Amino acid sequence: MRISAPQMGNLHIMLDDLFGRLGVEYVQPPPSSTKTLQLGAKHSPEFACLPLKINIGNFIEALEVGADTLVMAGGHGPCRFGYYGIVEERILRDLGYDFRFIMLEPFSDGVWAFYKVFESLSPGLSIRKLWKILKISFSKARAIDRLHKRALQLRAYEANRGDTTRALHGAEEIMAAAHTAEEIEAAASESMAVIEAVERDSGRDVLRIGIVGEFYLLLEPFSNFGLEETLGQMGVYLERSVWVTDWIAPNSNNVIYGYPKKTIEKKAEPFLDQNVGGEGRETIGSLVNFAEMGFDGVIQLLPFGCMPENIATSIIPRVQQEHDIPVLTLAFDEQTGRAGMVTRVEAFLDLLEARRRNRPGAALKPGTAASA
Amino acid sequence: MRIGIPRSLLYYKYLPFWKTFLTGMGAEVETSPLTNKKILSRGVEVAENELCVPVKAFYGHCMALRDNGVDALFVPRVVSVEERAYTCPKFLGLPDMIGAVAGSLELPPLLTPRLNQREKPREFKLQLMDFAREQFGLRRLEALAALESARLAQRRYQEGLAGGRKPLDLLPASRFNTPRWRPPAEKRKRIGLLGHPYNIYDGYLTQNLIARLEEMGAELVLPEMTDHNVLMKAATDVPKQLYWTYEKEIMGAINLWTEKQMVDGVVYVLAFACGPDSLIQVLIEHRAKLHNIPLMSLTIDEHSGEAGLITRIEAFIDMLMRKKTAA
Repeated sequence: MRISAPQMGNLHIMLDDLFGRLGVEYVQPPPSSTKTLQLGAKHSPEFACLPLKINIGNFIEALEVGADTLVMAGGHGPCRFGYYGIVEERILRDLGYDFRFIMLEPFSDGVWAFYKVFESLSPGLSIRKLWKILKISFSKARAIDRLHKRALQLRAYEANRGDTTRALHGAEEIMAAAHTAEEIEAAASESMAVIEAVERDSGRDVLRIGIVGEFYLLLEPFSNFGLEETLGQMGVYLERSVWVTDWIAPNSNNVIYGYPKKTIEKKAEPFLDQNVGGEGRETIGSLVNFAEMGFDGVIQLLPFGCMPENIATSIIPRVQQEHDIPVLTLAFDEQTGRAGMVTRVEAFLDLLEARRRNRPGAALKPGTAASA
Repeated sequence: MRIGIPRSLLYYKYLPFWKTFLTGMGAEVETSPLTNKKILSRGVEVAENELCVPVKAFYGHCMALRDNGVDALFVPRVVSVEERAYTCPKFLGLPDMIGAVAGSLELPPLLTPRLNQREKPREFKLQLMDFAREQFGLRRLEALAALESARLAQRRYQEGLAGGRKPLDLLPASRFNTPRWRPPAEKRKRIGLLGHPYNIYDGYLTQNLIARLEEMGAELVLPEMTDHNVLMKAATDVPKQLYWTYEKEIMGAINLWTEKQMVDGVVYVLAFACGPDSLIQVLIEHRAKLHNIPLMSLTIDEHSGEAGLITRIEAFIDMLMRKKTAA
């Protein structure tokens, strides 16, 4: 069996680790590229959301490099994501591919069904062993998320452009090589030290921006043209509301983000008092959260036509009236170009700088953010 | 109190229930006019650009009711109408989306009872009784009486639909969608018209599609002609149950129509950027192909032109006529 799953941020490091422990050969799909997206868009329904299109591209490319089993996460709505798998399987079968398809429904929908999926991959696996494997794989993934979070904060201060990204790649390699619990613990501090060691200009006055929105767009740099790295290198300190391990964790304490789901929902309540699927409510709650923390602005990322995020976008103007925070909404589909996005981001940063200058006592040193 | 019900979205499904319930509690009910150019263009102006056209029209309907001076707008939050399922996310967020512009548009106060049967069946009864108590000061028995007459009105409506009548024949003030002329019965083709009621029965959004199809010789088969439970059962034929009730009805209809050969062709109307439809479209087209039933997907948005629509349905019906003759 050669198993594969869609690409999403650093998920592949976790999957490689997990399937290795289960004794299943994992095939990483070729990194998402323009070709992946073109393939996906060609075979997907026209106004399906962008993640589905990239998934289809990933699956086709994985099948072409020899995968014979595909795994897709499920869900119970009301966002489209929970039904992706069924539609993706249909599209791929109609294209004539032969494969085994596994839909992995969330743990919270039934522990037994969840276990049976893994047992079918690795016969003889006990629940206890699966639990141990998941726990250790998860701790590794969590350590990797921590590295990325720190990089988002520090990149704004790097003395030499690109150092943080290089350090991050090195740190990820250290993490990928760790296997036992002790090794993972040691690697976590060693890799974090690599990030912390990047030479900084600590006196730099930086803009602080919160990134909110739909999880795939936030987690997969390919889908947003590496927006976070671009912003970091323009000298912007970033916090992000969604993380891989927060997303798959069975509890909802949002350890990486730092604000439990409940807290965020509470903040959203005056504006959106209902789970609308995806991250709709979390987008509103985190917008309020970043505004309360005194961030300079917030950027919302979404796939074009994303239902929960469109609901949030419809409500954002009212949040802004009460919380006085600039928001830039960026929707992405297969037609989106990088240059257009960068222009809009630059204009947004100019606006944020001007706001700071006009606010007494909070002046930004000239030419530090956008022009860096 | 005069309460306004926008003639949009779930109006086409539940108006008899809502209207009877509200009047039973002593309110006066007013509906907005049929969708027209002004309503749609005002909706398009204030609504978020990426929303689907029926939701944009909903904004316009709310504004029309405001202009008519109603005291309150009825915008229920229909989260779920059956266990383990949802409606569309946009219905879940609708009161908040309208609420976000209520201030700047000077809309009257919104009445937004939350109807959610996801966890427990019949939960909505309690939710509506709470609403009756909080908003109208009704006692338990009075609320129950209003609910009961609402339930009967809704049942009569659904029986009418099952008998082949169209929502617009049964709902007040309808002159739309009436064909001026129809070919003789033996020359007609059975066309399944698939899609959300708020699209296919809104004669403005779909450019009088129903009448046009009938004038061209269609004998329409509509999802509403089949009982909800039968549709639900027909839709279970998938590896994973759909969690959107209204889309599940659509899936059930196409499954039934194709399997029992109830139609000669299918016209599937979907709104641009409709989330759920963008996915089930794949399954619907696959199904029609499998059973060798011609299907045309018709995407509508606020820019849809009449000429394009007519050309496409004419070509489709011509093709069906020729297909039958050849066979």
